[in-house]
Formats: sequence, C-alpha cells, structure tokens
Amino acid sequence: MPFGRKPNEFPSHLWTQCPNCNEMLFNKQLARNLNVCMKCEHHFRLGARERIELIVDKGSFHEHDASLTSGDPLGFVDSKPYPERIAAAQTKSGEKDAIITGEATIGENPVILAVMDFEFMGGSMGAVVGEKITRAAERALAERRALVIVSASGGARMQEGTIALMQMAKILGALARLDQARLPYVSVLTDPTTGGVLASYASLGDVIVAEPGALIRFSGERVTSGTVGEKLPTGFGKAEFLLERGFIDQIVPRPQLRERIAFFLTAFRAASQDLRWSL
Amino acid sequence: MSVLERLTGTKRTVEGNGHLPVDANLITEPAQLATRASPWEAVQAARNIQRPHTFDVIGRVFDRFHELHGDRGFRDDPAIVGGIADLDGRPVVIVGEQKGASTEENIARNFGMPHPEGYRKAMRLYRLAEKFHLPLITFVDTPGAYPGPEGEERGQAEAIAQSILLMARLQTPIVVVILGEGGSGGALALGVGDVVLALENAIYSVISPEGCAAILWRSPAEAERAAKAMRLSGPDLLELGVVDALIPEPPGGAHTDHAATAAAIRTALAAQLAKLERVPAADLMSARYERFRAFGALAEPGAPAPPPPPEPWWRRLVKRATS
Repeated sequence: MPFGRKPNEFPSHLWTQCPNCNEMLFNKQLARNLNVCMKCEHHFRLGARERIELIVDKGSFHEHDASLTSGDPLGFVDSKPYPERIAAAQTKSGEKDAIITGEATIGENPVILAVMDFEFMGGSMGAVVGEKITRAAERALAERRALVIVSASGGARMQEGTIALMQMAKILGALARLDQARLPYVSVLTDPTTGGVLASYASLGDVIVAEPGALIRFSGERVTSGTVGEKLPTGFGKAEFLLERGFIDQIVPRPQLRERIAFFLTAFRAASQDLRWSL
Repeated sequence: MSVLERLTGTKRTVEGNGHLPVDANLITEPAQLATRASPWEAVQAARNIQRPHTFDVIGRVFDRFHELHGDRGFRDDPAIVGGIADLDGRPVVIVGEQKGASTEENIARNFGMPHPEGYRKAMRLYRLAEKFHLPLITFVDTPGAYPGPEGEERGQAEAIAQSILLMARLQTPIVVVILGEGGSGGALALGVGDVVLALENAIYSVISPEGCAAILWRSPAEAERAAKAMRLSGPDLLELGVVDALIPEPPGGAHTDHAATAAAIRTALAAQLAKLERVPAADLMSARYERFRAFGALAEPGAPAPPPPPEPWWRRLVKRATS
C-alpha cells in the first residue's frame, strides 16, 4: 500500500474531542465529570439511564412499563419497514423505545420521572413515548406525586404519522388534569428538544429549566433558514436565546440539576399534598 | 363503541357510527365512498387554491358573522380568523386558519401559516367560548405553523402547546372541521375536539409529504411515495380513527361547487351540535379525554393487567354528595 493509514493518535474509544474548545478529553474522566467538558463546560449529551442516576436519590428509582413497545399503525415502509427500524434501534441501544419512566424520589420528594433518550431513533415521539408519559401523568395524579420530564427529542416520529401527532393531544389531556389537581410538573430541556415535543409537554412545565447550550427550537435549522433564505445568527435557538426571550425559567448546569429540581419540588410540596384543594 | 356513543345512547349502524347521525349524510366507513382518491390526488385537491377556505365556508354556513380581531398582546394575525356567528339562530364561536385564493391574498395571509400571536388569538376566543358556554367550531386549513425566525422568537412551540392544552380542558362542546391541509402541530392547535370531521379530500399529517420524503428518502421528489406511506388522506384518517367522519364533497371536488360543499358542512355541524349540547359538561370532558387517550398501536408482552384508571374527580364528587 503506497499510502499507509496515519497512526491513530487518539483511538476514539479512549478519547473524545470537545466540539466547542477542541480539547481532547479522556473518556473515563469525561464520564466521571457527567459528560461535561473539563475545560470549557460544554455539555455533551447524556443517555437516559445516566440521567436518571444523576437526578434521583440513590437507589430510589423503580422503572414502570418497561416492556411497552411500538406497533406499526400505518404499515410504514421507506427504505426498510418500520418494525425493522425499531428492532435495529432496540438492538443498538438495549432499550425498548425512546423513553424510560418510573417512580423515584428527588431530594426526598416523591416523583414520577420520565426521561427521553436521543440515541433511540432521535428521541422521536411515537405511541410508546405518548403512552408512557400519559401513564406517568395519570400515576402522578392517582398517587399525588410530582411529575418530572426530561426531554431530548427531534420531534414526532414520522413513521407513525398522525398517530404520533395525536400523542401530543393525549399527553396534554393528562397534563391538564395534573394541573387542575395542583400537582407540580417540572420540565427539563436537554440537547436537543425540538418539533412536536417542544410544541407540547416540554413547553408547559410549572417550571422549565434547560441545560447550557441545548438546542431548543420548534423547526429544523434548514426549514427556518429556508424560509428566510439567509443564515441565522449563531446561538439562535439555543437555551440562552430562549431564556432571553422569556420561554424558559433557568439554565441549570448539569452538576446542579438534581439539587435545583429538589428545591422547586420542596417549595411546591405543601400545595400538592394538601388534599383540601384536590377535587 | 365510542364514549360519546355510550353517552348519547345511540348504537352503531351500517350507515353511521352512532354519534354521527345518518341524516347528516356523513361518511363513516371508507366503503361508503364511490371513488377513493389516491393520496397524492388528495394532497393536490387539499392544496387547490380554488378550494373553499375558511371565510368562504363561514359566509355560506353561518348567519350574522362578526369577526373578532387580535391577540391583545402583539398584533392581529391574518392567518387565523375568528368571531361570533349564528348557526340556525344559535350563537357559536368560530376560529379558523385562513389561506388566500390568489397569490396577493396568500402573501397577506402568510399562506395560512399562523404566527404565535395567531394561536394566542385563537386561545382568547376559546376562552370566550368557554366563559359564555358557546359551542366552539374550528376550521383547520394550514400547511403548518410558520417556521421562520419571528415565530421562534415569539414562542411558536409554546403557543401551540398552550392551545392544545386549552382545547383539551375547554368546558364547552368543540367540533373540528378539517377543510384542506392539516399540517402537523399547527393544525392540532385547532384540532382537539369532541368530534373531528374532515372534508372528503382533506389531508392531515405529522409532516408535509415533501418534508417526509426529504428526510426518509433524501429527496423531495419522492413526495408522492411519502404521501402514500403516511396515510394522510380522508379514508386513511377514518380507518385510523383520527377523524370521526368525512363530509362528502361534490363530484369533481370541493373547489367546483363552494355552495354545495358549504351546505354539506352546515348539515354536519348542525347535527353534531344538536347531539353534543345534550351531553353534560363533565361527561363531555371525560369523553374528549378518552377519545385522544385511545390513540396508539402498542405491544406490551408480559405486562400485568393495567391498573384501573383513576376515578374521575366528578364521580368522587357525586359519591360524596350522595353518601
């Protein structure tokens, strides 16, 4: 071979380059630092299991509806049938769909927790995500617990068509009941939260917090710049932009997330546990 | 049997599915259609610029319409119109997405793509309907919510989310009519109702066929294939249960005869409102919840039987009052 492969200086299973500051980060150290860059504090994405471990009281999490998987309502086929795509994503990630739900305590506040995983088909919302969040909200209502949803999603799942769209109305029906029962709902937005997820439950928390630098926007980059025919300013649609425009309450760095959620839940706890006000 | 059927006490018949009466001349089974347009034909019919748009329908279906303008916060969005009118002498609140019938008009109406303030105007009118217990009728006809930077800056996603939430909890009867294009969240913001009807050639989808083709087939030219795969045409929506019934269009399509199309819409609306007005508010709310709760094809191997749904608060109230 005339041109040999360049020696791989940084094998990717050991090192990750920070896309923000270009620093080479040792993977083990990065994981220990909650997937936050040690140099510039860039927040890498975090899987759902790691996220749960990060925000709940140690050992308090019990998963619900773990076996729920998607059907194929449309018989959808593009380059391959939808059930095959699901099976491939399940094999790759070891999860059944793009969300994990369960009960836990956060700072000793009883909660129902739902955490989305972007790794599973872009965190897209189909009937499984819709059903698990709806059940989570219904459980929170029945047991008078707070609801915490951590979003990470590209939006509704195209392969489920209008059935995916209807999940938005289904979830919001349950959230409306939760709201009427004066139960707290904290929405956490992580990179990225877009489309139908942002246009439904993610935007409706009693308190909405986001991670630094998270992409949070309704339409895709290409759609938006396509309609105006020019490049958008940098930082458009990032968490900091939404904070400035008044659509989120706070930007919370990952190491403080658990403590911050606990603070709000404790503050709301008196009202949510006062049965005189629950119908 | 749907929840609404149980409440109104009507049984499923060959001609209709119960709560949608036969005399309204509605299509509740795809087999009732003489011809089933291909999905791509439906897409083109739904986008036909000559198709009756919201104002065409309002002018022919209702009497004494008075438009109400503005969101009380930012501006009056011309892509969403609304107001109060009479239907058979009874006042109703109307909200609809408005496309234009010409290029100039379409530019003025932003091609029926609402900004956040449009949805906030809609929400103001929803609350008005609830406050005075007037039935709410919405007309859906949009390619989607406006995706530009102004929309993002003013909270397009938040406005849509709040609209859907408000419709889900609104304590007054809601009838939704999809006139042409039902484009994703921008349509659902007007689309949560007790009864959801669609014109025969209307479409309803989570993303435009062009958008879907661009993402999954990596080519917008595959839109025709995408339209078929997405099952977005009237008969498909009927089979999926996304719409409750189709309103038949005149032969040749709605654009050939606005008057006949409006007459069919009027008959359907009058019949639905007559039924819905007899349902007590609490029952209406739980029926609406159950209607949307049921969506989703799922498999749950080895799961224990689902816990019984929590008792609705109004039933507990009734128990407390009677014990």
